[in-house]
Amino acid sequence: MEDIIKELEKRREQAKLGGGQDRINAQHSKGKLTARERIDLLLDEGSFEEYDMFVEHSSTDFGMEKNKIPGDGVVIGSGQINGRLVFLYVKDFTVFGGSLSLAHSKKINKIQDMALKNNAPLIGVLDAGGARIQEGIDSLGGYSEVFQRNVLASGVIPQISLIMGPCAGGDVYSPALTDFIFMVRDTSYMFVTGPDVVKTVTNEEVTADELGGADVHTTKSSVADGAYNNDIDMLSDIRRFIDFLPSSNIQSAPIKETSDKASRSETSLDYLIPENSNTPYDIKEFIIKAIDEGDFFEIQPNFAKNIVVGFGRIEGYTVGFVGNQPLNLAGVLDSDASRKAARFVRFCDSFSIPIVTFVDVPGFLPGTDQEYGGLIKNGAKLLYAYAEATVPKVTIITRKAYGGAYCVMAPKHLRGDINYALPSAEIAVMGAKGAVEILYRKDIGDEDKIDKHTSEYEERFLNPFVAAERGYIDDVIMPRNVRPRIAKALKLLRNKKLSNPWKKHDNLPL
Amino acid sequence: MFRKILIANRGEIACRVIDTCNKLGIDTVAVYSEADSRALHVMKAKESVNIGLAPSSESYLVIEKIINACKNTGADAVHPGYGFLSENASFVNQLEREGITFIGPPSEPIRVMGDKIESKIFAEKSNVNIIPGHQEIIKDSEEALEISKKIGFPVMIKASAGGGGKGMRIARAEEDVEDAFNSSVNEAKSSFGDDRIFIEKFIEKPRHIEIQILADNHGNVIHLGERECSIQRRNQKIIEESPSPFVDEKLRNEMGEQAKRLASTINYASAGTVEFIVDQDKNFYFLEMNTRLQVEHPVTELVTGIDLVEEMIKIASGEELKLRQDDIKFNGWAIESRIYAEDPERNFMPSTGRLNSYITPINIDNIRNDTGVYEGGEISIYYDPMISKLCSYGKDRNEALLKMEIALNHHYINGIRNNINFLTAIIRNENFISGDINTGFIDVEYPEGYRPFVNDDKFALLFAIAGTYLYTIDEFRLRNQNRNNSFFEKSLVAVIEDSVFEFKTYDRQDNLIIEYNDEVITIDSSYEPGKPLASISINGEEYHFKIEKIINGYNISSYGFSSDVKILSKRAYELSKHMIAKDVRSNEKIIKCPMPGLVVSIDVNEGQEIDIGDKLCTIEAMKMENVIRSEVSGIIKKIHCKGGDSLASDEIILEFS
Repeated sequence: MEDIIKELEKRREQAKLGGGQDRINAQHSKGKLTARERIDLLLDEGSFEEYDMFVEHSSTDFGMEKNKIPGDGVVIGSGQINGRLVFLYVKDFTVFGGSLSLAHSKKINKIQDMALKNNAPLIGVLDAGGARIQEGIDSLGGYSEVFQRNVLASGVIPQISLIMGPCAGGDVYSPALTDFIFMVRDTSYMFVTGPDVVKTVTNEEVTADELGGADVHTTKSSVADGAYNNDIDMLSDIRRFIDFLPSSNIQSAPIKETSDKASRSETSLDYLIPENSNTPYDIKEFIIKAIDEGDFFEIQPNFAKNIVVGFGRIEGYTVGFVGNQPLNLAGVLDSDASRKAARFVRFCDSFSIPIVTFVDVPGFLPGTDQEYGGLIKNGAKLLYAYAEATVPKVTIITRKAYGGAYCVMAPKHLRGDINYALPSAEIAVMGAKGAVEILYRKDIGDEDKIDKHTSEYEERFLNPFVAAERGYIDDVIMPRNVRPRIAKALKLLRNKKLSNPWKKHDNLPL
Repeated sequence: MFRKILIANRGEIACRVIDTCNKLGIDTVAVYSEADSRALHVMKAKESVNIGLAPSSESYLVIEKIINACKNTGADAVHPGYGFLSENASFVNQLEREGITFIGPPSEPIRVMGDKIESKIFAEKSNVNIIPGHQEIIKDSEEALEISKKIGFPVMIKASAGGGGKGMRIARAEEDVEDAFNSSVNEAKSSFGDDRIFIEKFIEKPRHIEIQILADNHGNVIHLGERECSIQRRNQKIIEESPSPFVDEKLRNEMGEQAKRLASTINYASAGTVEFIVDQDKNFYFLEMNTRLQVEHPVTELVTGIDLVEEMIKIASGEELKLRQDDIKFNGWAIESRIYAEDPERNFMPSTGRLNSYITPINIDNIRNDTGVYEGGEISIYYDPMISKLCSYGKDRNEALLKMEIALNHHYINGIRNNINFLTAIIRNENFISGDINTGFIDVEYPEGYRPFVNDDKFALLFAIAGTYLYTIDEFRLRNQNRNNSFFEKSLVAVIEDSVFEFKTYDRQDNLIIEYNDEVITIDSSYEPGKPLASISINGEEYHFKIEKIINGYNISSYGFSSDVKILSKRAYELSKHMIAKDVRSNEKIIKCPMPGLVVSIDVNEGQEIDIGDKLCTIEAMKMENVIRSEVSGIIKKIHCKGGDSLASDEIILEFS
């Protein structure tokens, strides 16, 4: 018995060393932490429970039978983040470059199954060289087993992927199926085919960072939701992120106690919207001053900046915020913005997180670029997302709510629960200039008449009253009271019950 | 007495004049440009009149519009504040023709004293000490060089119509003259439309001390003592005090007598200021006379108890001064800090935009805050970037300084770069505290510019303790709810730049204990997460901090310092040594416009090789020419704009390869 315990200790020590000290040093010299170090920082101290530490691969091809390392390139287990259970798999680059073998994929499957069964978030840390070529089809099959489980868990538990090194080929699709992807600048990249293949096939010269670095995926491709400067910053901020999320779709997010009163009003917001309706302002100020302690976790802050999405809290409860951003393209809806917001709204709805929408949108972006790029179906995604959502929906029209974009941005007509307008709201089919040119085509050229029509139109439509008269707006509120009014609305909606007709699943215009 | 006064100004001074009018029961009219329609002075005044477009040349400087506003509102007098039309003789004459009283001196002293050359000749004739120099107009840089050599270096090259530091340059050696002369001419031309330049001896380590006078239309002139205004950046005052730590009774009397003599000789009537340069041997020389209310007048008001605006109004209405020189008593000490929207870390570049947060220290005794903005208001690109004037009063200089420090530590601004940390650093600077100051103080004390990182052992530790405390409060909140056992122990490391502090924290239900070097630190605070200000009592002593949350910690500012305080678990700290510092240099390859402004000149060409410190271009913003120098050496790859272009903030000017 004692021998076995000694052997166990020995094996544990060996497993913990992964690919050995040289490989660990190599990992460190790139500015990257090892799998176990990352776990130390991600989880509450001492809370990690590891499984399958002694798993080895069973490959016998290419001399692999002589080359076995316990753990086989991935560390799995459970632990706590601020006292809450999470499951995780963390690729170990020091062991076979973190490559995926059959045994490796089975470990991931095991933790995926445990997370789903126990209703707790799954965090995957990727830093790996792709498929283990020596294992051939077993490796490919292993990938698909992982993907299948990602899909089944989607919408049941939050799944988060942290890209902390290479992530290429088969490895990229599991993150792509999860809810959120975060990357580390300079040390991580993601692509389906790497620079070498790109060079061979298309003769295009590109570095790994240019092809799939954190900046590319957070600004151009929108594959990733956020980027961090290094491992430590990322792991610390992911702890903060997890605090916003419920553990599963049958639990609610933790309530974070706060001394920030729901009744806090902000007179400075009365002066946020400029007098000239063509002058931009930062919609984020509404969000940040509305939420508890100004603690906002923005998703995709550097992509489609014309729409802002992210998580905050009101009276301790997690809320998803969406806001058209006048600072960027006047807050117009284009394909990118629609897709970004649609995905966010659907995440919130999946996990019963109420949605608060700030609307200042001049319409959809016109042009061949947009139409050729499928603006109709991309815009429809956001429309679909808002329409199908059954969570509490509170909407505040801050300024423009024009045309088709009004129809999309969580109006009363898409089962908006509480719809407010600020006094500066302009709810109309379009702006005065455009409208007058259509309504009074014959007067074009007669400046006096056009001016008269314009001011008539402005007086009649560019205010919140027409909508309020029809009940499309529940109330006109002062900007300073945005926080107290949202808080009240969300409080009364806390027990909202609404369900959609039974269906196998919906058919979102992908 | 007047029934209704129109204030031909904006910002804090308009608000300040309105306050006195309210006190005297006089109605007020504000004027405002389109950029100011929501400004505080408009809200405070009983009536307000829109006088045009945002540029002051189309609003606040247009005499006709001001006069029309008076007529339309029935205002019978105009207070001009400072700047704008306050020293415009023609404005005074036109008001007079319309039967509207100008609350200020007659036009003749304004005209004479408004001309740097004529004023000196007049001062010399009035037996007021003047500085050696060449008072004739200089036609070009060659002549400037000749004259400079004659006077002897260093010399000061100045715009004749200049003021407020605009159009002023020092040449310390022959090779500086050409640049200095040209810059002065350009700035003078753009700011005043008058490019006349003169040169005078530059006095080493001079102090700038000025005498406040009051004169009425009945021949009475008194002085209200001095103000020391030696703390200047770019020749513009930022900290003023009264009295001066350098001035004794004898010097005060001598300066006061000369100031009074000058005022009498020129038939002055109103509040006015005679500025002197004082050298290290207490010789003083006439610099100029400001025929208006000065920005820094509150310090005089605090030590004399006299409301200068009230006196100006009474004098303008024809009343005789009730005060005699013997009535003037100086009590205590007052200090003013000018809070500017500017970045002391980037050569005081102006900053504009919205005041997202604006928390002023109004609930502190003996603090006066003259401001023209409010939270949510704008600092506009069109006008002076001063946000407020924070004044403290104490029975002596030390008490006033201490009050000022507390007030600055309670003053929080977010959304706009500002000089609060820098002002605090000066207030705490040993040489400043000892009174050993001169107009070169900032250049000498902060030769590399001001860097706010906490570099003082005591404060580094205090910042570390504060950061650890904040972290523990923030971090433990969620955990306490989710955790069953209520005892918790953790080793934390606070990292500030290269300094490292290790703490042990114990959380027993509501009782939080922090240990440093095995000693328990007693901490008490009413800190509320999310609030930017926290007072934390550490081992019985109370400290005030400004806090912004960052990843892994907090940015903490106070006491003239501002640093990121990273709070890591011991494990994270051990592992942090593997992190590779991000190369920030890549960002410096792109030179962006630091504020919205106009490109005056691009001084480099594509392909040119550049050294650190080389002049790249000049951007004019808020009427100041800002020279942008290279922070790197390299080759210019591409220039994105040309002279005359208008640039937004962060627009790319040029790129290095």
